Amino acid sequence: MDFRDNAQEAEFRKNTRDWLAVHGSIFTELKLAKYDREKELEIAKRWQAAKAEAGYACIAWPVEWGGRGGTAMEQTIFSEEEEKLGVRFQYFSIGLGMCLPTVIAFSDKETKSRLVPPAVRGDTIWCQLFSEPAAGSDVAGIRTRAIETEDGSWLLSGQKVWTSYAHQSDYGIVLARTNPDVPKHKGLTMFWLDMKSPGIEVRPIHMASGESDFNEVFFTDVRVKDSQRLGEVNQGWKTALLTLDNERLSFGGAEGPDWEELMSLAATLPSGMGGGSVLKEGGFRDKLADFYVLSEGLKYTRLRSLTTLSRGQTPGPENSVGKLISATQMQRVANEALERLDQYGILADEDFLSDVGAFQRNFYWGAAMRIAGGTDEILRNIIAERVLGLPREHRLDAEVAFKDLPKGI
Amino acid sequence: MNFDYSEEQIFLKDQVRTFLETECTSSVTRSVLEDKHTPYDEALWRSVSEMGWMGVAVPESYGGLGLDHVYLCAIAEELGRVIAPIPFSSTVYILAEALMLTGTEDQKRRILPRLVSGEIVGCLATSEGRGYTSINSLSVRAEGGFVTGEKIPVVDGGIATHAIVSVRSEKGPSLYLVDLSADGVKREELDSIDPTRNLAKVIFNRVPGEALGEEGKGEELLAGVQNRAAVLFSFEQIGGSERCLDIAKDYAMNRYAFGQIVSKYQAIKHKFADMYVKKEIARSNAYYGAWALSTNADVLPEAAASARIAGCLSYEFSAQENLQIHGGMGFTWETDCHLHLRRARQLGLVLGGLPIWRERLVRALEERGVVQKGENNGLSR
Repeated sequence: MDFRDNAQEAEFRKNTRDWLAVHGSIFTELKLAKYDREKELEIAKRWQAAKAEAGYACIAWPVEWGGRGGTAMEQTIFSEEEEKLGVRFQYFSIGLGMCLPTVIAFSDKETKSRLVPPAVRGDTIWCQLFSEPAAGSDVAGIRTRAIETEDGSWLLSGQKVWTSYAHQSDYGIVLARTNPDVPKHKGLTMFWLDMKSPGIEVRPIHMASGESDFNEVFFTDVRVKDSQRLGEVNQGWKTALLTLDNERLSFGGAEGPDWEELMSLAATLPSGMGGGSVLKEGGFRDKLADFYVLSEGLKYTRLRSLTTLSRGQTPGPENSVGKLISATQMQRVANEALERLDQYGILADEDFLSDVGAFQRNFYWGAAMRIAGGTDEILRNIIAERVLGLPREHRLDAEVAFKDLPKGI
Repeated sequence: MNFDYSEEQIFLKDQVRTFLETECTSSVTRSVLEDKHTPYDEALWRSVSEMGWMGVAVPESYGGLGLDHVYLCAIAEELGRVIAPIPFSSTVYILAEALMLTGTEDQKRRILPRLVSGEIVGCLATSEGRGYTSINSLSVRAEGGFVTGEKIPVVDGGIATHAIVSVRSEKGPSLYLVDLSADGVKREELDSIDPTRNLAKVIFNRVPGEALGEEGKGEELLAGVQNRAAVLFSFEQIGGSERCLDIAKDYAMNRYAFGQIVSKYQAIKHKFADMYVKKEIARSNAYYGAWALSTNADVLPEAAASARIAGCLSYEFSAQENLQIHGGMGFTWETDCHLHLRRARQLGLVLGGLPIWRERLVRALEERGVVQKGENNGLSR
């Protein structure tokens, strides 16, 4: 029972720190360029390239595909140290965390050597085109069609939604319906796409937070070669499951301010309950304790998963716990901070947000994270069914051809 | 990184489970619950001492096995799973740990070997009635080495041979070790919310006692003892939580309502998911506590508090949801639901309730200087 580094891990951590000390100045530049999205993307790309050059990008991937051939533990150590610099770029997480593992698992060697190394270097950004307006959590309920043409290529038509970074992406993986005459899971096929292909239109969605990281993506007769297919025809659900498992794994960690920042903030805020700071209030201390217990518990749950990995076993759907808790925790911590800021908590003016901007951001993002990668309800189902082995609910669509399913909104 | 039980620990845990599954069925627990004259299961206590469980974490020089505390955590988890009706926690998590932490060489030599052999039963007498008993306002006194006053309630107070008593001595708040066979000790058995564990009022009338650790340092000493015990109790709570989940699942997989087994309903499945999540968070915090305990890390106060809070929240929730999932059957004497509901509530109070531990956690974080460390709060985006 020990989560501290062994000698080998300690050495890796030391080397990582040394490297970050030399190269990490890039983050100072980023803080100066605060809120400039273009500048941020440019810095993110430079950072990814520097990591790839030094062998710190995709540490656990084979050297052949641009990785380091290292261990999951080394990857974690690097991420821990990198996070101490205060910034975690999201641009590459969907590609490297979800899309490319699927590409590596399901495509030929030539395709892999063409697509994977540039993504590792940060030259390309990927998006995942699964969700649709009518499907949502029912991922297999998609309507986007891919029709096989005479020359063996495919014509893709339909609409995706909630696609993060599609407006900045070079490539994407897409799930399409290739046979509507069979039940929904049996008629899907997955492809990778060049997002610059004719017939693709990306429309950013104006989100509740005011930002626009999500998009709608429209396909009108987009031609896709059969060599871009990932997995067998009509076996796309199998391919998608791998992507979805990786998605839940990568969404496990919460971002932004947590109990520690909340505690520091509370120490500076006057309490309305008769003098002293908010931190001295019993009601606040109770909540803080519970936030600590959940966040630290989650951290140690991840370390337990890592132990499983380091023993050569694969952590399974139990990782859904992280995603389920961390998103709600983001919301609760942010709301508590705003609550204790009192009327000042309403303020969203950038000139005043240097100390509380991150809580403001999580106030919105917590809401998004509770949906991305599966809603709370879907995750509870996954835990009950796939971890605890309770029976699946009746699926009214299991035996019905997709084209005959009732359609609502 | 090896943040889990080792192979050897899992081997021991499996052996303990196999033994308890046959020797500590719920009918054993019930026989203690239902018979007022049986304060604990003596046969089980004997077997457990013969197998050396009491001495797992006690050094060999005092008759123990001298193993890592994590082995003891593994045993605690299994004892919690079966709601063992024996004074193991009072004796091992509290008395043995307190002696190892604060005892003199002489005290250890006198007590520990007999504790390992099952001859000595411990108890912790700190409560003095309704509400939280502050060690700074004790009515129980120690004068010239004699203890006088009343403690209520004391878990295992009716069967213990030795008590750790919080007292106010000439030098301030202190912990005393008292041999309960001495003249002047009077005990009155009390009914408990969990009758599978003994409960008593213990009255001291000029009873000879000896200081345990430095006199006047009672507050720190008691906190040290409670922190160690909190980690071990949290493993019992995890075992209990897991058992509640198993029992609930057995029921929900066989009970039909509105034409299907109830485990197919999403509302029921989501209860299971929430039980599982709370249990996993408790396990992770408990592992951190086990690490801090076994290495005597300086973060033990916060590690113990978070293990305790997560353990209490998990077992209470699991016990209540287990009963709810059983429906009306859950509230009958026949199902084991109430055994867990009782034990969960008892474990949640035995070392002090959640408000106290939440406060202890935040205080530990303040003492560690978290606030200063977080000076760049809000900068990341």
